[in-house]
Amino acid sequence: MTTAAIDFRNLSFALPSGHLLLDRISLALNEGTTTAILGRSGSGKTTLLRTVNRLLEPTSGEVFLSGINALDRDLIALRRSIGYVIQEVGLFPHFTLERNVALVLEAQGIPLDQRIRRAHELLSAVGLDPATFARRYPRQLSGGQRQRAGLARALAADPPILLMDEPFGALDPLTRLEMQQMMRALLQRFRKTVLLVTHDLDEALYLADRIILLDSGHTIAYLTPEGFLRSTQPEVRAYVQAFRRALPGDRPPETPTSRLTPEAAP
Amino acid sequence: MSFLSQNASTILTLTIEHLWLTGAAMFFAAAIAIPTGILLARSPRWARPVIGLANILQTIPSLAMFGFLLPLPWLGDRAARIAIVALTAYALLPILRNTYAGIRGIDPSLIEVARALGLTSRQRLLKIELPLAASFILAGLRTATVTCVGIATIAAAVGAGGLGELIFRGVASVDNRLVLAGAIPAALLALAADAALGLLERRFKAPTQ
Repeated sequence: MTTAAIDFRNLSFALPSGHLLLDRISLALNEGTTTAILGRSGSGKTTLLRTVNRLLEPTSGEVFLSGINALDRDLIALRRSIGYVIQEVGLFPHFTLERNVALVLEAQGIPLDQRIRRAHELLSAVGLDPATFARRYPRQLSGGQRQRAGLARALAADPPILLMDEPFGALDPLTRLEMQQMMRALLQRFRKTVLLVTHDLDEALYLADRIILLDSGHTIAYLTPEGFLRSTQPEVRAYVQAFRRALPGDRPPETPTSRLTPEAAP
Repeated sequence: MSFLSQNASTILTLTIEHLWLTGAAMFFAAAIAIPTGILLARSPRWARPVIGLANILQTIPSLAMFGFLLPLPWLGDRAARIAIVALTAYALLPILRNTYAGIRGIDPSLIEVARALGLTSRQRLLKIELPLAASFILAGLRTATVTCVGIATIAAAVGAGGLGELIFRGVASVDNRLVLAGAIPAALLALAADAALGLLERRFKAPTQ
């Protein structure tokens, strides 16, 4: 039995008001796997993610990372060993892309030439040609390019864990698809333990080895993608069906929405 | 013309004195208000009372402020000290408020990322917060400087010198030439400071996403 890369043990998180956002979550995520967290807005997905790099500290329970309690580790060292990607990307507008990407290395005091080399390597890895993009500022990029740079930055210190909070949620469908394909290729190339918050079931099925469904701070399901689709659990079925209905190909002919969009008919 | 040539050296000396009073006050005000603004941005629940206090200082009429400081030991011994303390008090609010607002106004997702990347609190301040708030802080310094150049003319009332001396003398002797000899350089100083700091402010303007 190997130790889990991320191990939530009886983890709860409550707001100062007493409102419980996470209620005794226990989950063990294996090293090198990608786990998607699905659930309604407010179900605790982001909260769970943020307990891993201690942007939030649990009210009770623990997070163990490779067998070590996250609270026992030096906060700064811990965060530097965990990549973090968010929907807003959060590139620093006053830094060039190469400086943005290598900022963790800069914070660690790694010499400039090594930092630049690493930044260029990663920009290439995410499909941004360093010759064109290294010296650009974030405002000169499209949304998809920014998210690529954000991903490169998260990988800069070669962290074993990657936290991604709706990374592609703000992108148009085509760019999102490209990013998901790139992500999949990157995950095959660099072995990372990934925790991915998403609203997109397709994304979860495409990228994840395991899917967690959260509801009001409880773990409703922890399943493989196949298991998730086949599950007879009412909450899982409801989620899958809610998503399927949004896809025109799967839309049952009797749904009232099909009558509301006559221009979609051939 | 003969008036100017007769008084040129006096005007110059007083202008330098004026600059010195304002400059010293700005130095102290920045040294107090920028760190305080940073601290307030980190613990915003103190922001209201502290900025409120600076606000109250601002409302004291300047002549009264100089008067209040006059009887104080050590301070009262030298008129320039009184002037510098009073001007510092007036300069605090704009610098403090802008430093606080500049840092608090940074996109929260940037601060979150800076924390998540494992930047130390100091690195976050020096690499992210101060550069992104720089144009705001400079705007505060600019407002404070222009205000202080004006208020410094009143410092002559307690004998601290500066261009106000010509104005007071001119008023006392009903000589408009003297009043203008103080007022015009003071106004020019204010405009010059405004332009110079405005230029600096634009240079530090953080590029927006």
